[in-house]
Amino acid sequence: MPSEAVIQIKGLYKSFGANEVLKNFNLDLLRGESLVVLGKSGSGKSVLIKCIIGLIKPDRGDITVLGQDLLSLDHEELDQIRQKVGFLFQSNALYDSMTVRDNLEFPLRRHTINLSQPEVDDMVMDALNNVGLGHTVDMMPAELSGGMRKRIALARTLILRPEIILYDEPTTGLDPITSLEIINLMNVIQEKYQTSSIIITHDMKCVKIASDRVAMLIDGTCYALGTYDELNASTDGKVRAFFD
Amino acid sequence: MTIKIPDATREFLNDAGELSRFAGRFFYEGLRPRYEVREFVRQCYVVGYKSLPLVGLTAFIMGLVLTMQLQPTMVYYGVESQIPAMVGISIVREIGPILTALIFAGKIGSSIGAELGSMKVTEQIDAMEVSGTNPFKYLVVTRAFATMLMLPVLVVIADAISLYGSFLGVNIYEKTSLLLFFRKVFENLEYIDVVPAVIKTFFFGFAVGIIGCYKGYYSSKGTEGVGHSANSAVVVSSVVIFILDLIAVQITDILT
Repeated sequence: MPSEAVIQIKGLYKSFGANEVLKNFNLDLLRGESLVVLGKSGSGKSVLIKCIIGLIKPDRGDITVLGQDLLSLDHEELDQIRQKVGFLFQSNALYDSMTVRDNLEFPLRRHTINLSQPEVDDMVMDALNNVGLGHTVDMMPAELSGGMRKRIALARTLILRPEIILYDEPTTGLDPITSLEIINLMNVIQEKYQTSSIIITHDMKCVKIASDRVAMLIDGTCYALGTYDELNASTDGKVRAFFD
Repeated sequence: MTIKIPDATREFLNDAGELSRFAGRFFYEGLRPRYEVREFVRQCYVVGYKSLPLVGLTAFIMGLVLTMQLQPTMVYYGVESQIPAMVGISIVREIGPILTALIFAGKIGSSIGAELGSMKVTEQIDAMEVSGTNPFKYLVVTRAFATMLMLPVLVVIADAISLYGSFLGVNIYEKTSLLLFFRKVFENLEYIDVVPAVIKTFFFGFAVGIIGCYKGYYSSKGTEGVGHSANSAVVVSSVVIFILDLIAVQITDILT
């Protein structure tokens, strides 16, 4: 049963000009759980996980990741934390000019300098086989379909064996069948590597299949928090809008 | 009493200030480890070696055409024997560096602006940061150093190819040997013609690299933004090249 919080967010504020995106946002991610953050487009979901990984600096508030206060870390300490937190980008963010192999080697070479080439090759192939795409190792990202690119991006996220994975809209732009494959793959990874995950989405199928708990981001705050069934049973109009 | 600064002027000054800060950050980050040697070497290959065919072809045509245009006038005044000297000085001092730099700005400046702009829009720069890489060091420092070092090399090669083109141009009208042609060229060239011309190309190269990177790195969202980054990288770096050239000529004049 999950208990310890691996991510704690307290009183988070972030605004862009006059647009207040996050207003006193509070949330805990427990070890081993899969937490879905559900919200409308433009509600600040992506801003939230970019704050968690240190890509966006919040205006106020505290973020603790694996026991460390993220906002007080220097660049090197932040890099150490980032080794333990994987991030799957909405656009996949594969490096266009590199092969699949080089894309996967890139984070590995940055963080682990003492690996021999055969060890690196083994880790790359292991990560690719985990997503069922070992045969694409020497292909360029442009040669892959949308679903394959998503899987490669997931393999790149997995290669450093992160304790936490942040998924930014993992099923956006994919057809229903491929979406389901990606969601199932996320569940397999969760089970196999015992990772804790935050999934940002507005795809209700993803919410239903992948979530242990659901946090609803409405008006910049964590408006409701509970399991899928609990929220589905809610009579609150703002919550019901997502389920009806 | 307050002075109202027009919006366009304010925007220009803002942009110039940001670009200066960006260039300052280049030196700050560039001098501190970790050094991205592998990427720097790759960029030298991309911006230097891969630009060689275009630079070489335009330099050859430039030397040939310049000579063919000069020939009738020089013959009219009976000084056609001075063509190698005249062409040599023109190419080495001014035409070679400025034309090569402009072609370089068109090819490399736009390519850097578009590449980094596209990486920005598709979150590749963010992905790099999440991977524990300083994207400024990896993308900007390597590219700006590569352009700064490769442009002078390209200019020297372009000068040589251009002079060869001029030699063929002279041979259209009268037979002359390669040795004699180049002897005439070098007899009339002095260090003050060559050294400042090469030194200024380091600055041209730096301008092309840093402006291309700046425009790409701060590209606004969307494909339109990428196109705009590529376009403005070429326009701004071309203007800056002319301004730097003007300053270089003034400094050379003072020194001589």
